Amino acid sequence: MGELAADKHVKYIISVEKKKDSFESVVMEHLRLNGAYWGLTTLDILGKLDAVDEEDVISWILKCQDESGGFAGNIGHDPHVLYTLSAVQVLALFDKVDILDADKVSNYIVGLQNEDGSFSGDIWGEVDTRFSYIAICCLSILQRLDKINVDKAVEYIVSCKNLDGGFGCTPGGESHAGQIFCCVGALAIAGALHHVDKDLLGWWLCERQVKSGGLNGRPEKLPDVCYSWWVLSSLIMIDRVHWINKDKLVKFILDCQDMENGGISDRPDDAVDVFHTYFGVAGLSLLEYPGLKPIDPAYALPVDVVNRIFFSKK
Amino acid sequence: MESDEGDEQQQEAERLPLSQRPEWSDVTPIPQDDGPNPVVPIAYKPEFSETMSYFRAVYYSDERSSRSFQLTKEAICLNPGNYTVWHFRRQIIETLHTDLQDELAFVGRIAKSNSKNYQHHRRWVAEKLGTGAVNKELQFTKKMLSLDAKNYHAWSYRQWVLQALGGWEDELDYCQILLGEDIFNNSAWNQRYFVVTRSPLLGGLIAMRDSEVNFTIEAILGNPENESPWRYLRGLYKDDTESWINDPRISSVCLKVLSTKSNYVFALSTLLDLICHGFRPSEEFREAINALNTPDSGPLDSDLGRAICRVLECVDPLRCNYWLWRKSKLPLTVSSQ
Repeated sequence: MGELAADKHVKYIISVEKKKDSFESVVMEHLRLNGAYWGLTTLDILGKLDAVDEEDVISWILKCQDESGGFAGNIGHDPHVLYTLSAVQVLALFDKVDILDADKVSNYIVGLQNEDGSFSGDIWGEVDTRFSYIAICCLSILQRLDKINVDKAVEYIVSCKNLDGGFGCTPGGESHAGQIFCCVGALAIAGALHHVDKDLLGWWLCERQVKSGGLNGRPEKLPDVCYSWWVLSSLIMIDRVHWINKDKLVKFILDCQDMENGGISDRPDDAVDVFHTYFGVAGLSLLEYPGLKPIDPAYALPVDVVNRIFFSKK
Repeated sequence: MESDEGDEQQQEAERLPLSQRPEWSDVTPIPQDDGPNPVVPIAYKPEFSETMSYFRAVYYSDERSSRSFQLTKEAICLNPGNYTVWHFRRQIIETLHTDLQDELAFVGRIAKSNSKNYQHHRRWVAEKLGTGAVNKELQFTKKMLSLDAKNYHAWSYRQWVLQALGGWEDELDYCQILLGEDIFNNSAWNQRYFVVTRSPLLGGLIAMRDSEVNFTIEAILGNPENESPWRYLRGLYKDDTESWINDPRISSVCLKVLSTKSNYVFALSTLLDLICHGFRPSEEFREAINALNTPDSGPLDSDLGRAICRVLECVDPLRCNYWLWRKSKLPLTVSSQ
């Protein structure tokens, strides 16, 4: 089996952060905060978070905060829960969550819960179970989960459960591994995993593994490294990860590396990007690949970071 | 009112500053208040600053007039991302009852620049139009799906349109067409289930079950390795396991596929599920499984459920741990076949 080119990936991530006018940078401009989360969490998993300037990152993140309390994808853009979660997660990596006014950020999220328990992504109103996960995960890290109606939030997520045991974005929406990760993660954090039919969902999830060893997100779609995270973390949360062939998945992820320039792509021989680099490394961590920090499947942060949030005395 | 048909560009070229327009002479514009020391002073273009200053004036006085309506359009053209302007425009629409079809057309023209605002406003207008907007919105998603028939976002919006506005009449046919183009399209199968279970025009799942079972079985026989129809078949019997194990067509299709000795993984797992729920297979099933001649399986167990699991461990090795677990969960048989 090949090896993880950890040093190359570290160099790749740092270069992406620096090259502000590269194609990737330009394309990612409006979601730079997500990019920061993917890049920095990967560095932390590889034990190289100190390769970046913490002050620089944090001061930039704070400039992304809007008067509503939410965070935008970059300075001057509109706030959205997607970037708000990334901001909180990145601050958690640096153990700086407490520089935030937790109530202010929480109020932004609380204001986005709808009557049926669902969450909108921002003031424009789009509803999606992804936002339910974001709200629950973010509020949990801020230790403000009690500010929303958790029962209603759970109720809405359960209404998105399909007959195959999976979950969609809205009731009746097709089961999709990404949405499943969000729903299972949200239920896990909210202490409501009993709503999941673990055997049924576990089977649907392990059927995502295709001959090459990679995982797809829905029946008859191509495998993609990002599903190494979404399917895998879901399986771990419902305690069924032994139902896939781990060795073949490791091999698939390693085959998606660019061994020369660093970075990981969606499938072998495609172009790399920070998004897939994160999911590949995070997936390998879940698979207990040697030399990587363990990552929490629900919070998508290193386990030591999560422990620090919940178990250290302040 | 004013004409909206594609004249935004012309208006931009001929634009007269608001301060020079007689119909605005009675209004005092309200400039932006960034505070004494703005952190990031933004250099706005003069026409944008002016437009927003006049907008603030009518917004704070809640003037829902036709000139306000025209002003929101100008503000939107300069910055489609301003939520407050869109919001006030909607309030004006409610008060003045402006033409909603024109509004949909206007939003469609703005669409290219900013899809998120467009989506929300589009839904709002479509909802107000009710059934009047249905065809346009269904056409719109159909176009997106013609480029990518599995586009998750497009399917999600289409489902919203059907539930909020209606238009169910042709949806089952649409699923049929898509499945005809690609029988492996899981999104189309999901939509089919959505229609069959939720359409107010079809009579519900139980009424539709018979014809749907027949359709699904055809699809299975055509491509037994296709995961979607097998799941769909199971879904047709949700909450009614008794009918599921007693429908001879279900076990029969399993047997048919097994007899071909190829692409039989889902046939085996379905048969396994049937057995676990009380189905009692005839000798034919035993013979069909023996005839598979699975390499590496060794002599097959006398208990059919265990035999099936053993075959699956061998022919679906990626998931052998799952099949081992299934075997461990089999109901204990009093006597072997």
